[in-house]
Amino acid sequence: MTMREKIEQAAARYPDRRSAIMPALLIAQRQHGHLPGPVLEEVAEILGVERIWVYELATFYTLFHTEPVGKFHLQLCDNVSCMLRRSEDLLRHLEDVLGIEKGGTTADGLFTLSTVECLGACEMAPVMQVGDDYHGNLDIARIDALLARLRATVPHSIGADLAAAEPPGE
Amino acid sequence: MFEPVLLKNVYVPDGHLIATYEAGGGYRALEKALKEYTPHDIVELVKRSNLRGRGGAGFPTGMKWSFVPKRADKPKYLCCNADEGEPGTFKDRIIMERDPHQLIEGMAISAYAIGAEVAYVYVRGEYVLAIRRLEQAIAEAEAKGYLGARILGSDFNFVVHVHCGAGAYICGEETAMLDSLEGKRAQPRLKPPFPAVAGLYASPTVINNVETLVCVPHIVARGADWFRGIGPEKSPGPKLYCVSGHVRKPGLYELPMGIPLRELIEDHAGGPPTGRKIKAVIPGGVSAPVIPEQGLDVGMDFDSLAAVGSMLGSAGVIVVDDTTCMVRVATRIIEFFHHESCGKCTPCREGLNWVVKVLRRIEAGEGAAGDMEQLDMLCKGIFGNTFCALGDGAAMGLRASLTHFRDEFVAHIEERRCPFV
Repeated sequence: MTMREKIEQAAARYPDRRSAIMPALLIAQRQHGHLPGPVLEEVAEILGVERIWVYELATFYTLFHTEPVGKFHLQLCDNVSCMLRRSEDLLRHLEDVLGIEKGGTTADGLFTLSTVECLGACEMAPVMQVGDDYHGNLDIARIDALLARLRATVPHSIGADLAAAEPPGE
Repeated sequence: MFEPVLLKNVYVPDGHLIATYEAGGGYRALEKALKEYTPHDIVELVKRSNLRGRGGAGFPTGMKWSFVPKRADKPKYLCCNADEGEPGTFKDRIIMERDPHQLIEGMAISAYAIGAEVAYVYVRGEYVLAIRRLEQAIAEAEAKGYLGARILGSDFNFVVHVHCGAGAYICGEETAMLDSLEGKRAQPRLKPPFPAVAGLYASPTVINNVETLVCVPHIVARGADWFRGIGPEKSPGPKLYCVSGHVRKPGLYELPMGIPLRELIEDHAGGPPTGRKIKAVIPGGVSAPVIPEQGLDVGMDFDSLAAVGSMLGSAGVIVVDDTTCMVRVATRIIEFFHHESCGKCTPCREGLNWVVKVLRRIEAGEGAAGDMEQLDMLCKGIFGNTFCALGDGAAMGLRASLTHFRDEFVAHIEERRCPFV
């Protein structure tokens, strides 16, 4: 299905097309990786809504990214339950091994590192979301294994040197 | 012995599939509701059960439903609040991931009671697995005739749509959720009109939490007296408790409403790690004022917790041990509220910004004389003066920390350092 078809399918669920802006932005972001201006304009055009309505949602909700993010977006929770289980040690370790600070992206474009508010998985704190998946009960060894696994999924064209330098995944 | 009902299916293999749900008696309550009860009967049954909303406010569910006008020239809507963003809370996620049909059956019966033919489940966007499982379950239920037109041979028509959130805690506030569903920035609305009269698309709308809705099939199947026989008379029923932080067995526990907080932590969640002692517990997500160790014998229900100045909230129980700096905990909580403030009203938007600055400098050992008074003044300026409960929750929580752990704040300021580092 094209992006336009997916958005039309989502819009059919609501009596008002403005309601479909949020689902349309999620569809567009899945397709494009992030939401630059031209994509926002395309969403507005498909739905036939005011462009400002699309822009204001893209900038209000934290899951929408108007700037590019890495192939793997590491979203480490540092809210109270994860903080009590030492998420800050994991943040420091991730900053060290990736050579970036919180909010940054590695030069090869593989990893963006963020801290996020509660992911709603406190029973497995500390927890990190990467893409669609939750990774819980994390410690430094598990973080290292996870990074190696993620790198191993990348074809040789990008990040190949890094993948080769890492120990094999679990 | 208490028999769990809400989590009965959660630990069964393939509990999320319709075959498993049906094998365990699933959708029989819907059949009973449609064949034996009128919509009015269901509303009365839920009223008699004393079910109170599990999202945090504890409003009587049957009464909320009865506010929906019987006759309306507009369609009525049911919205399920699955935006679960209160830090320390994860019960709705587990229900949706492991037993989504329980929620669908609860929504179908509730929609029948209020006369809605369309429901939206507002699920936070991070919950990708829950969203997939719910969409799969909706398709299964449609194929089996539990959703769609003329359900189980009745004249009741009902469809469910999933709406993904995109990361905004404020969407848990029901009118902000409605604005978000309408494709706007999520900001709370002025009330009245209440959603039951003019909610989604200005139509009569009921908004219920996931856990509230999953109680409904059990009330239909087992009766109001069964439900009212569990826990305290005025806030009864089985309850999901999310336990996290400094305990040996963090997890989701289904126990009667009103269980003592100490029993929940010590007997069920394994108590604090070896060699540590509990210092404090946040009983209902970070909006709920902290309770110091000596207060842990309180019952976990709406009225008992309110009586000691806290609240049941979402029953997100966060346990804090004696190695932890309470100034740091308070700072992190206010940073959260500051980040999630929608910006609509000044006391919340500006007040929390100011509180964060003061707390950060105290934690960093740079606090000044007068900072405690300034925090007290800021709490007073926020509490009761905000558009919605976000600012109130932040101020109430901070006030409790300032009251119960004042010594720790003062030590930071006087010693010009964090004594826990």
